[in-house]
Amino acid sequence: MKKIALGATIVEFAITVMALLQYQQGNTTQFEVSYSWIKSLGINFHVGMDGISLLMVLLTTFLVPIIILTSFNKDYRNPSRFYSLVLAMQFALVGVFVSLDGFLFYIFWELALIPIYFICLLWGGENRARITFKFFVYTLTGSLMMLGAMIYLYLKTEGVHSFEIAALYKSGQGLDLIHQGYVFWAIFMAFAIKMPIFPFHTWQPDTYSVAPAQGTMLLAGIMLKMGTYGVIRWLLPIVPVGVASNANIAITLSVIGIVYASCIAIVQKDFKRLIAYSSIAHVGLISAGILACNVQGVQGGVIQMLSHGVNVVGLFFIVDILQKRYGTRDIASLGGIRNLNPQFAVLFLIVLLGSVALPLTNGFVGEFLLLNGVFQFGAWTAAIAGLSVILGAVYMLRSYQSIMLGETNSVTVSFAPLSSSEKAVLIILCAAILGFGVYPKPLLDIAGPSVEKLVDGVRLAMGK
Amino acid sequence: MKALVLLSSLGVISLLAELFSFKKLLYPIVLLGLIATFIFNIQDWNAANNTFYNMLQFDNYAIAFSSVIILVAFLWFLMAEGFFKEETNMTDHYSLVLFALVGAIILTSYTNMTMLFLGIEILSIPMYILVGSSKNDLSSNEASFKYLIMGAFATGFLLFGIALIYGATGSFDLATIKTGISVQGATPTIFYVGMLMMLVGLSFKVSAVPFHFWAPDVYEGAPTVITAFMATIVKLAAFAAFLRLFDVTFFRVSASWMNIVWVLAALTMLVGNITAVFQTRTKRMLAYSSVAHAGYMLMALLAMNTYSNSAILFYGLAYSIGSIATFTIVSIVAEARGDDGIHAFNGLGKSNPLLAVVMSIALLSLAGIPPTAGFFAKYVIFTSSFLAGNVFLVAVAILASLIGVYYYFRLIIAMYFKEGNSEKINIEMNHKLLLIVVAIAIIALGIFPDFVIRLI
Repeated sequence: MKKIALGATIVEFAITVMALLQYQQGNTTQFEVSYSWIKSLGINFHVGMDGISLLMVLLTTFLVPIIILTSFNKDYRNPSRFYSLVLAMQFALVGVFVSLDGFLFYIFWELALIPIYFICLLWGGENRARITFKFFVYTLTGSLMMLGAMIYLYLKTEGVHSFEIAALYKSGQGLDLIHQGYVFWAIFMAFAIKMPIFPFHTWQPDTYSVAPAQGTMLLAGIMLKMGTYGVIRWLLPIVPVGVASNANIAITLSVIGIVYASCIAIVQKDFKRLIAYSSIAHVGLISAGILACNVQGVQGGVIQMLSHGVNVVGLFFIVDILQKRYGTRDIASLGGIRNLNPQFAVLFLIVLLGSVALPLTNGFVGEFLLLNGVFQFGAWTAAIAGLSVILGAVYMLRSYQSIMLGETNSVTVSFAPLSSSEKAVLIILCAAILGFGVYPKPLLDIAGPSVEKLVDGVRLAMGK
Repeated sequence: MKALVLLSSLGVISLLAELFSFKKLLYPIVLLGLIATFIFNIQDWNAANNTFYNMLQFDNYAIAFSSVIILVAFLWFLMAEGFFKEETNMTDHYSLVLFALVGAIILTSYTNMTMLFLGIEILSIPMYILVGSSKNDLSSNEASFKYLIMGAFATGFLLFGIALIYGATGSFDLATIKTGISVQGATPTIFYVGMLMMLVGLSFKVSAVPFHFWAPDVYEGAPTVITAFMATIVKLAAFAAFLRLFDVTFFRVSASWMNIVWVLAALTMLVGNITAVFQTRTKRMLAYSSVAHAGYMLMALLAMNTYSNSAILFYGLAYSIGSIATFTIVSIVAEARGDDGIHAFNGLGKSNPLLAVVMSIALLSLAGIPPTAGFFAKYVIFTSSFLAGNVFLVAVAILASLIGVYYYFRLIIAMYFKEGNSEKINIEMNHKLLLIVVAIAIIALGIFPDFVIRLI
């Protein structure tokens, strides 16, 4: 069962790599397919990829096989159901990233919620029914607001109503300032809950910690990017004026979220919850950078989405490795593991440094561009957002120190050697972290032209 | 037209089965008869014909609604085979159900107030009997009695309304009434009183709040298959009638009834969903959910634009199919575990994966989660309301749907999360088949809704 799922996802990854090779540098949308789906309502099955979508699809198809590989030492009840839900999830996620029709986007967006809900409900930890339900209702509320906004835009399209992305852009940009503001908040709410942005984040730490390891990785590694990707593709170009006049509030919320989540992360005792809060901090920076709406910010956002996906999957996998061996995620009760297994210690350190954005790791590239983007929006905002780097280093390095360094204690008497699948996962992730940290140019080249085109269009419509 | 004749003859044939003792054959005969009715019915597509001195009109609207009703009736018969097993009264049950269907089809096609009244009575009288068909069950008797009294009230209102409108316009014919009220200033006050009384009567039939009080008790007391019949076919037919009367005939005076229906729709959605949250018995919960769904359909009725007809048709279909699935499973589980409380569903995900999966799909559809039919149904209704400018009502509907998610998911959580009776429930072959077909239909309708949407 595991092997079939792994094989299928590797094939998908190979197909994505082939698409990557065929992709022609530039800012055009490629691999476009469009069929009429629900003709009477102007809904098409329209998919295609530009540089941004391609990178997102690459991230998804790269991470899902790894996430499946992380489960090789685990035996879930009903493995067939588990892996089919994971694959269904991948289907929906890829759909979200390639949709070029508003209705199709919404369908995939909701479709992604159902498998992850069942993954968390069926294989999660304590209290999962209540927590996953909260998660479901939260995200559904946001989604319905987005649906309302989409229908509104759809009914404003000229001539025969249509959900085509170009038609929605046009109808959104044609609205006046006040209505763009309404649409901005309705759509932003959906994305803000998904990411999540302060103060809509309350579902997140509980859900992340209660979900099974692979579920958490899917949630944090990929699903979170649905929100940030949504802002780039479905918010900025639709209501540019709305963004221009409301982004300061949204950016302020994001920046508050960065500081707030970092501070809470510092006092967390549970390593998994710590990473969950660090994820809120990271995504706050991504969101602030994107909403600043300049080339560096959006470019940085795209790159950071990739890096954060890779890093956070690595971190949650390390949590899983520790929990499997010691049955606890309590930072204080672990210690001295480096002495037992130096190899694991090195791999952990690389993932961790990627996460705190040390130069020459993948995290640095995105974070640098993001802060640059936010700086163009406002110097003070950037200064406060920059705290995330310092605070991130504080809680990450402190927990590394407590878990890995020092003397072994009664809990960490021994460390079962890493199995081959565990080693494979960590080495692949570390290679990605270092590889793209040292040489990020290919990623920047793919995303660059598309981002420039998008941002130029938005800024033109803003009148800047 | 042909559908009416065929269904009536089927009803008579099932009565004759008692005399000529071919009762055993009756089930396949009825199923085949329904298939034939469906085929003959759609043959009149695009060939509108008036019959019975222009009192019935089989236009595309009527054919679309009656075809959906026949289709749902076919699924219902697959579900209800057990209801026709008891040796006594079996033929009565068949003929009552078939005659009720005749009433339902008249309601989709009437063009005359007398036929509206006849249709409602032909539909309702068999239902009064069928609700009480568990003769030894006290709650069934009680339900039947309640339904009869409340139904009689509603009919009284309706009839009074028809009489007043006749007094005001001098005609029972819908077209004449429509032209009569189009003259500005010529409509006397009694017309509006009559219209209001008809609105009350029909609201009783579709169980719109605050005229819904009979519904939960009747739905709970009736045998589950009859509950399913009432929640699907009766509701579909009543809405077809409602739509034809208010959106077509009373269109010119819509300003005078729109606000009332607005309040009815909002109340129905909110009260139905909120009350359902507090139910502990599944059948009663589904009864309130059925009340709530009437609210969404009222919303489409209120929109009165190009989408309204197809929105109600699609919503009715999606909701009926979902309800057939949920009621089938509730009756199977309640029978096997002797209880229809939500806790009876505990652990169903382990003991009967098929039941749990189909139930989840049906509940997701009722809750309106993509990619199921229920989502698309809600989507079309929201769109048409938006287009009509009822933005606030859409907001109420979204809120109500979120409340709906809460209680639908309680069942899903019970099935998959709670430990419970792990004993496997035996399911009959035809039920298994029905459930699989219904589950596929829910998803297929959600992915390819265009076929139904484009009908009318």
